[in-house]
Amino acid sequence: MRPTDGRVQKSRLRIGDVLGVGSTGLRTRKMRTALSALGVTIGIAAMVGVLGLSESSRADLSNKIEALGTNLLTVSPGGGFGGGDGVLPEDAVAKIRRIGPVDEVADVVELDVSVLRNDYVNENRTGGLTVVAADLGLLGTLNGEVDEGVWLNSASASYTNVVLGSESANRLGIESVDAGMQVFIGGEWFTVVGILDPFPLAADLDRSVLIGMDVATALFDSELNPSIVYLRTPSESLDAVRGVLAATVDPAEPDEVSVSRPSDVLEAEEAADSAFTSLFLGLGAVALLVGGIGIANVMVIAVIERRNEIGLRRALGATRAHIRRQFLTEALLLSTLGGLAGVGLGATVTAVYASTQEWEVVIPPEAAVGGFVAAVAIGAIAGLYPAMRAARLAPTEALRAA
Amino acid sequence: MSATPPAAALELRGIVKKYPGTPPVHALAGVDLRIEDGELAAIVGPSGSGKSTMLHVMGTLDRPTEGTVLVDGRDLSRMGDRRLSAVRSQLIGFVFQQFFLIDGMSALDNVGNGLLYSGTKPRQRRQRAAQALIRVGLGERLSHFPNQLSGGERQRVAIARAVVHRPAIVLADEPTGNLDSRSSESIMELIHELNAEGTTIVVITHDHDVAAGLPRQISVRDGRIEHDSLSHLSRRASLPEISHSGAVK
Ligand SMILES: Nc1ncnc2c1ncn2[C@@H]1O[C@H](COP(=O)(O)OP(=O)(O)O)[C@@H](O)[C@H]1O
Ligand SMILES: [Mg+2]
Repeated sequence: MRPTDGRVQKSRLRIGDVLGVGSTGLRTRKMRTALSALGVTIGIAAMVGVLGLSESSRADLSNKIEALGTNLLTVSPGGGFGGGDGVLPEDAVAKIRRIGPVDEVADVVELDVSVLRNDYVNENRTGGLTVVAADLGLLGTLNGEVDEGVWLNSASASYTNVVLGSESANRLGIESVDAGMQVFIGGEWFTVVGILDPFPLAADLDRSVLIGMDVATALFDSELNPSIVYLRTPSESLDAVRGVLAATVDPAEPDEVSVSRPSDVLEAEEAADSAFTSLFLGLGAVALLVGGIGIANVMVIAVIERRNEIGLRRALGATRAHIRRQFLTEALLLSTLGGLAGVGLGATVTAVYASTQEWEVVIPPEAAVGGFVAAVAIGAIAGLYPAMRAARLAPTEALRAA
Repeated sequence: MSATPPAAALELRGIVKKYPGTPPVHALAGVDLRIEDGELAAIVGPSGSGKSTMLHVMGTLDRPTEGTVLVDGRDLSRMGDRRLSAVRSQLIGFVFQQFFLIDGMSALDNVGNGLLYSGTKPRQRRQRAAQALIRVGLGERLSHFPNQLSGGERQRVAIARAVVHRPAIVLADEPTGNLDSRSSESIMELIHELNAEGTTIVVITHDHDVAAGLPRQISVRDGRIEHDSLSHLSRRASLPEISHSGAVK
């Protein structure tokens, strides 16, 4: 029986019951729960997705930069006024080699001949592919890889052998080197001995077919003015080398020589990417804010609709704090559900899109955890005002028939 | 120690309740009332006479403008909102005209809510709620939801909820107000039975037939007790020349 002494024990709501009490409203109105959590889901999914995708593409870019190396420089004609004949001096490679810190140098010479699948195809049909004579060190200098067959060596480069860039192989319809495939270059048959993987940032070479320097001079009577020179130098001396290259190659007209660093392009791409990311993050934050307002709105409505329930609970002994806790819990559960769904959705979108781009899938844990925490915080803020209103309601007022 | 008389289940002393306005409403204009342990009393009066206000003041849901309320001997006037909530969670049970069951909860959980704010463990809540539901004749309806129950059954669930924590007093505001006459009769029967088992119950009603069926009738008009069948009898016995005896129905 009840105690007859003076003390009445405090009203008390068990921790486990706070969850139960805070989730009744959600369980009985499932549709509304789902819709009101949706705003937060979209906001969080946008943020996690954007961060995930930008991390994944960044990972892909830095893989490329790494493969390419940041210590690669290219030297090519042009850049200044007057145009000129579009070639470098014949002794450019020798001069560059003489610059102290330079490790590796390789050049290619663009030839004025065309490549055909066979001798009766119209020349114009395979336009867009370039025939170049390549230095044997080219593959090593560019960190290139052979996909099929072999790269040219000092023996094979003297004969009618050819290695195809990846895109050229596609356009010529050649998938393997086994059958002793031949292509028709400048009126001569060449045997395909290798097919290359794409170069990380030398798309021009992907669209070319490469033959040896010796066979080029022998058959096509070419001059060997380099069209482009690739060189590597230790990172610490990169700026110094870059500074003297133009003058070294063409002391008379250094303006006619253009020097560039291919990895700059990728790094610029990476920077542009992060500007884009901030924009989308901002949009995600707006969506999240709207989601939070949605939750606050739904909670204000719930407090009005469930006035009688509030009155009843007060009559059953709930304190103001218990009522406040109930509605705050409800708002937190809503936003937590929304947040979890958002993290899941954002991660899925990232994984699917990154896979279609053949990127490494990166879902940054900070984004997932941060998104979840943001959702919970939004719920707490959104639930605060409605919960206080519910708690302040006088029991007699709350019990009045609607 | 001197022998003090046992505390009344409920006592009102000089209760005045004013609602501000022009002119202010004197919902209760000086009410003295004592309900002993084990009593079953009706508070009867026309609409607007102050019955619900009296029930709210008795049940600690509202504070009087003047006067003292004692529940089970405890003076409420010095208690803060949290203490009053505690008094309700342990000493008072409410039954309302509109039942006020929570829609998304089974009968068992609705009754269990009567023990929720005293920190009772869920298992024990379910056990005692089941016992209370069996007691009010709803042993077959434990997992039914309110919308699967008739009006009379809903009020039985509400009554089970009001008694599940063994309160000092049960306050019922128009418990049959939303029911047809057959359900009303069976609800009043249940109230009689619970009282016979020892529960102190105050029933508020505007229905004189309902009031007439109860052992004690207190009639209220314009915020005052106009007639109390108990004091009428006792005062006639001891104080024959009582001045305000009038208005006997
Ligand atoms: N919150 C309030 N504000 C102003 N007047 C009120 C309020 N509650 C009740 N009253 C007035 O007090 C009087 C008594 O009301 P009530 O106790 O509800 O009567 P009953 O339950 O007997 O019908 C009525 O005149 C009513 O209009
Ligand atoms: Mg009333």
